Amino acid sequence: MATLIGEQEIEDLAIGAAILGTGGGGDPYIGKLMVQIAIRKFGPITLLAPHELPDEALIIPTAAMGAPTVSIEKIPNGMEGYNALRALEKYLGKSAYATMPIECGGGNSTIPFVVAAHAGIPVVDADGMGRAFPELQMETFHIYGIKGSPMVIHNELGDHCILNTKDNLSLERFARAITVKMGATSHLAEYPMTGKQVKEVAITGTLSLAIRIGKAIREARMHKENPIEAIIDVTTNSIYGPAMVLFQGKVTGVDRQTRDGFVRGMIQVQGFDKYQGSTLEVDFQNENLIARMDGEVVAMVPDLITLLDLETGLPITTEAIKYGSRVTALAIPTPEIMRTPQALEVWGPRYFGYDVDYRLLEEIHPEYYKQKFKVSEEAEPLEL
Amino acid sequence: MSYKIGIDVGGTNTDAVILDNHNNLLGGIKTPTTKDIGTGIFNAIEEVLRQANVEASKVEYTMLGTTACTNALVERKNLSRVGMVRISLPAASSITPMYTWPQDLRETVGELCFEIHGGYEYDGSLISEDLNEYEINEVIRSFKAEGVEAVAISGVFSPVRADQEKYLAERLRAALGTEVPITMSHEIGSIGLLERENSAGLNAALVKVASLAAGGLEKALQERGMNPRIFFAQNDGTLMDLEYVRKFPVLTIGSGPTNSIRGAAFLSGLRDCLVVDVGGTTTDVGVLSNGFPRTSGIAVEIGGVRTNFRMPDILAVGLGGGSVVRVENGDVEIGPDSVGYRLVEKAIGFGGDTLTTTDVIARTDSGRINHPAYNVERLIHIPETVVSRVNDRIRKTIEASIDRMKTSDKDLPTVLVGGGGILIPDKLAGTSEIIRPPHYQYANAIGAAIAQVSGEVDRMWSLEKSTRHQAVEEAKETAIRMAMNAGAESDSISIVDFEEVPLAYLSSSALRIRAKAAGTLRN
Repeated sequence: MATLIGEQEIEDLAIGAAILGTGGGGDPYIGKLMVQIAIRKFGPITLLAPHELPDEALIIPTAAMGAPTVSIEKIPNGMEGYNALRALEKYLGKSAYATMPIECGGGNSTIPFVVAAHAGIPVVDADGMGRAFPELQMETFHIYGIKGSPMVIHNELGDHCILNTKDNLSLERFARAITVKMGATSHLAEYPMTGKQVKEVAITGTLSLAIRIGKAIREARMHKENPIEAIIDVTTNSIYGPAMVLFQGKVTGVDRQTRDGFVRGMIQVQGFDKYQGSTLEVDFQNENLIARMDGEVVAMVPDLITLLDLETGLPITTEAIKYGSRVTALAIPTPEIMRTPQALEVWGPRYFGYDVDYRLLEEIHPEYYKQKFKVSEEAEPLEL
Repeated sequence: MSYKIGIDVGGTNTDAVILDNHNNLLGGIKTPTTKDIGTGIFNAIEEVLRQANVEASKVEYTMLGTTACTNALVERKNLSRVGMVRISLPAASSITPMYTWPQDLRETVGELCFEIHGGYEYDGSLISEDLNEYEINEVIRSFKAEGVEAVAISGVFSPVRADQEKYLAERLRAALGTEVPITMSHEIGSIGLLERENSAGLNAALVKVASLAAGGLEKALQERGMNPRIFFAQNDGTLMDLEYVRKFPVLTIGSGPTNSIRGAAFLSGLRDCLVVDVGGTTTDVGVLSNGFPRTSGIAVEIGGVRTNFRMPDILAVGLGGGSVVRVENGDVEIGPDSVGYRLVEKAIGFGGDTLTTTDVIARTDSGRINHPAYNVERLIHIPETVVSRVNDRIRKTIEASIDRMKTSDKDLPTVLVGGGGILIPDKLAGTSEIIRPPHYQYANAIGAAIAQVSGEVDRMWSLEKSTRHQAVEEAKETAIRMAMNAGAESDSISIVDFEEVPLAYLSSSALRIRAKAAGTLRN
């Protein structure tokens, strides 16, 4: 069902997207304001489910690329993504039926809404990462055979490049180099594909899931209920699986360093309450990748690992986490499409340099999930 | 011997303390705050000088902590009409200046905002073009016609390179005259255009308020025949002189909790500890680390406007000496409501009808309350089970707050200040000792009196022409030089805060460094 997205939905999206951002993806604050301003000007934006797309329709995903630290200073003028989309349309000689995110986690969940508002087209309720990832080829689009190029990379001045590369890894390399020259931020229109292809390769329903998560947290806080329970409820009724609490405790160590353009590091959490005496270590490379409790892996990429403020249930990014933060570590199982052998080759733990095989979150925690799935099978599916 | 006076102007009381130049506390006084501020300050100075038997002429420094700016913003009172200019086009226009401000505040300061062409990239190169005269003249014409009282200028990446902000400020000053103060964003905040621009805008709106407060203090001192150097306390626990306050009044916001933490530290002689300030309604827990309050990394809202000031990291819980205790089916519930300053009429021990935390504590240990009107006989009907449950709840609440604020498992000493300190037991988990220093009621004024002077730098360094090590050294040297310029004794200056933040998602070579140096005032 097509849904209309207004300012409140974008407020909720920003929170849900930060949870799906697993600590990275950039703060959606600026993107959120941009969309809300665009909605005031152009009215609500239509969100289309992938099955509503005509098979032959042209879909052009849009996104921003670069350093979050720069994009909070050199804020976009709001036309960059739209101009990228128009330039790619012109190159292809065909108009886009809709745009969509390549990444539903973090700031990139908001960019297609800005583009859609200006272009007067819908946004597709799907993306190619199902979370946030650091590299452009980390896309179900790429994994299942869609070419990232032709791609348009655009800045605020009107400068743009059209890239045609032999493969998506080269595309990532060139795009990153151009982004640096554009002042460390750029906007992209890429992975042009048909409606049929979207239905085959995209992770569906991820934007509405982010909105539902954000709304659930907001309402739980309003009614002074437990936001963690609300997140578990929403994820249980989604193509993801039920979220589970991995750990609760206090951050006692944050080790951050930059290598090859990525912020890498480790967050150490000392447990309290039922986790008293235990330690959780979360490795990150922009996004959280792997969580170990007392040395044992308890969750790993591509499953989602997010640290939330213990009290508010609001997500904390790897850039903002600090000594003394009291956190709930939450893990969410990813949908099947993100866990196939082809997908794990691109974003499994081995790609990030870990000498371990991927294990499903549900396999690592059979007790919790046996109980969860039993409950959810009995329960009536909830309305969106 | 020379002396200094520390003054804290709060909503209810104006406190003053007097210290000699070896920081020995010679006297302290509380007087009611007056509407005109100045009279209250005058009275407090009179009293404290008399108490310590010190001649007015021997007072060399006066340090003031005040909530005048905070209150003006919250109440939208005495704010200036502000003209804002953002140097950014063709970037940044998706979110206009003041867009995120509350409507009533926007209306109070006027909504005169311009965006003009210019701004820099992260490495200091031009985004596309330099300032142009046509747009500058347009801004000048409009500001003159609208009669703006203060100006705020922001520019993309001005913390990296400030040339355009400075040039525009010169042009505006020449056109509008020196009576229209100009705030440049690079002087007031760090990376994060919206937050820095907001801070500059609030600052511009506050210049009138600051002039009133500074003028009030100057007048009070002159009437008393005194001519000390005057300083204001700012939010990072350091001082600024009068000229600086008139330029950067917004930096006084948040100085209250900072002074309280630093005053507590001074009274206890500690540099690393927890400070628990128990008031009538809430308890504030802060952390003193290396002599300074630990700051919060979260964007701070002032008067409903998001800024990037670094405020002391304070955890406030709804527990104080006046918190209302409710008993239902044997369960106890404490606060968050409080009888506040009406404790002396409402509390059971004072003959009132409301059971408060103070009553329960007095029932536990009658020696704790020392007030002529307080009668512990009235507490006899409070059941033992309620007493033990309330005590248990208070302990657990405070222990959880302390644990939340600590950064390691190591037990830390805890200093208690504030009138509600009697609620706190002598032993708490996570603390090595509980210290109840004498004169704790003057912690804020003392914090102002002992504050240091500082210099701070926060900007991006390009690593294409220099190494990381060189950038770090340059940042530290800049901060130290700024502290010296602010009046610090060069031998006493040290780097008190340092942070480097690499840029995520980029293999380019740029680094954001923040460094702060502080030292004691030159005599």
